[in-house]
Amino acid sequence: MKASRREFLKLAGVSALFGLGANAAFELLTPGALEASSEVAHGAAHGEAAEGVQAATRWAMVIDVRKCILQEDCQDCVLACNSTHNIPTVGNPKEEIKWIWKDTFEHLFPDQHSQYVDEGLEGKAFPVMCNHCQYPPCVRVCPTKATFKRPDGIVMMDMHRCIGCRFCMAACPYGARSFNWRDPRKYFEGKEAMLNPEQPTRTKGVVEKCTFCPERLAKGLEPACVEACKKRKSDCLIFGNLNDPESEVRKILRKRTSIRRKPELGTQPSVFFLV
Amino acid sequence: MIERALKGNEKYWGWVGLLLLLIGVGFACYIYQLYNGLGITGMSRDISWGVYIAQFTYLVGVAASAVMLVIPKYLHNYKKYTNVVIFGEFLAIAAVTMCMLFIIVDIGQPARVLNVLLHPTPNSILFWDMIVLNGYLIINVIVGWNTLLADKKDVPSPGWVKPFIYLSIPWAASIHTVTAFLYAGLPGRHLWLTAIMAPRFLASAFASGPSLLILLLLLVKSVSKFDPGKEAIQSLAKTVCYAMIINVFFLCMEFFTAFYSNIPGHMYSLQYLFAGLHGHDRLVPWMWTSAFLAVVGIFIMLVPPLRKQTAYLVLGCASIFLSTWIDKGVGLVIGGFIPNPFETVTEYYPTFPEIAISIAIWAIGALVLTILYKIAISVREEQQMA
Repeated sequence: MKASRREFLKLAGVSALFGLGANAAFELLTPGALEASSEVAHGAAHGEAAEGVQAATRWAMVIDVRKCILQEDCQDCVLACNSTHNIPTVGNPKEEIKWIWKDTFEHLFPDQHSQYVDEGLEGKAFPVMCNHCQYPPCVRVCPTKATFKRPDGIVMMDMHRCIGCRFCMAACPYGARSFNWRDPRKYFEGKEAMLNPEQPTRTKGVVEKCTFCPERLAKGLEPACVEACKKRKSDCLIFGNLNDPESEVRKILRKRTSIRRKPELGTQPSVFFLV
Repeated sequence: MIERALKGNEKYWGWVGLLLLLIGVGFACYIYQLYNGLGITGMSRDISWGVYIAQFTYLVGVAASAVMLVIPKYLHNYKKYTNVVIFGEFLAIAAVTMCMLFIIVDIGQPARVLNVLLHPTPNSILFWDMIVLNGYLIINVIVGWNTLLADKKDVPSPGWVKPFIYLSIPWAASIHTVTAFLYAGLPGRHLWLTAIMAPRFLASAFASGPSLLILLLLLVKSVSKFDPGKEAIQSLAKTVCYAMIINVFFLCMEFFTAFYSNIPGHMYSLQYLFAGLHGHDRLVPWMWTSAFLAVVGIFIMLVPPLRKQTAYLVLGCASIFLSTWIDKGVGLVIGGFIPNPFETVTEYYPTFPEIAISIAIWAIGALVLTILYKIAISVREEQQMA
């Protein structure tokens, strides 16, 4: 059978998405890195990075809040994510599925809201998503390893293994996880053309969340939300490798002041907000 | 043995029929839930656990409380409990059965529940909860059944049962400790993130379980010829009293830490439960009812002349049972989710099918208990006749 390198990459990316071949995808994504941290990659599919071993890659998102609040009505990142990942429009806020969404500074940083210094940010909304924590509480509590941390720092979901106990939702201090209270495919009835055939839809009774688009990373692309933001030339979302000192994310974090959500909980989020 | 559950008067069959009816209604609602998803409940992305998990949590306590009979009987040879310890063990069996059913109905993909065994995950407290609950069920089935078999022949329990009896003591503590750990280890949920969670769970368990048992024993006394004995019931009442006082003491400690430290996150949930937060106060009347019933219950159980009158004893036990049920079966789980991680409030109202399913599980528990108690009572009656 003839398979081009491109097709092989696609396959590896998709299998990595389901936690089947994270090793292979990892190797393809950052050739040579695997040897450098073979311990980390060992049992990568459902394993966690070994303590004390620096993984070659730790994907991170930097959100330039100052730039984003200028684009008040922009929903490009949210819409791009929704259409890429077949996220339904539920309507009922109690049952919403959200991977990336916009919320206000007061809601996202309830403990850091100051009466005086935040005047410029007050009431302003900007995007938020799963933090892909270095020490994710959701992974710690999952009874089936349906949610797990990949060696590249992405906190992943195996939607075929999830039993829907929602322990991860109780454990997540960021409200980043959504449960399929009803059959999500129902919301696409009559709108099948809107579905992205390259990505799965989900079934009722499982939890889902932002994945940092590993299927796109495997192809050398950036996450869908970042691409949409760049297309608009807003450049509010910067994505990159936190473990590479010369990466764009590291450069901007050196230059600007950043905050993370609820740092006192020790989860070490991989999502940074420039304020 | 089991045939004794098949012989009963009209009242007995009427009761069994009523339970079967409730189970039937709940089962129909469960089929509806299975078909449509958990969206038919009042739960939401903010209140992601509701009545089911709250009932589960409460009933683990009821199950654990059997140890309050086992310790005096088997460690201190307290003879007054000889005839009633079996009722505590059977109550534990019924309670653990309900616990498991409440977990099953709460799961989004129940067909995949065996993934917990296929992919064992020791870092998950839920994994350990499954182990301790199943273990406790098996221990109590072994101990309860063999005790009853021995009683029937009027001989002491076989020697090999003894280790299981002793094992059941730490195991009872473990089921409620592990259940507390489900909550107490979660960052960002201030109401739950407290070292006193497991001790408080145990204290409220040793109040709620024995108070239910007293009510059941008084009921047994009134519908059968078996008399559990005044002293056994009064001793249990003292256990309830001590445990409830410790439970309330622990609750006061939660209030002190939250409000003296004045840390907003630590106060919010308690404020929501007892005063309302951001204009949301749905649970406030419930929580004050719980507090009032706790005071009434403790007062009755504390004053011997009151406690010794059956009518007051029933009132006291019912008060404490209801008080702890509201506290743990309503307030604790819901309150822990309020406010949500964005410090906004989403309230929770259980739906009709959700309540019907919960009632059905209580009815299954009652049915299991009825059958087991019927057998135990028949054996006791035969003994007393002989």
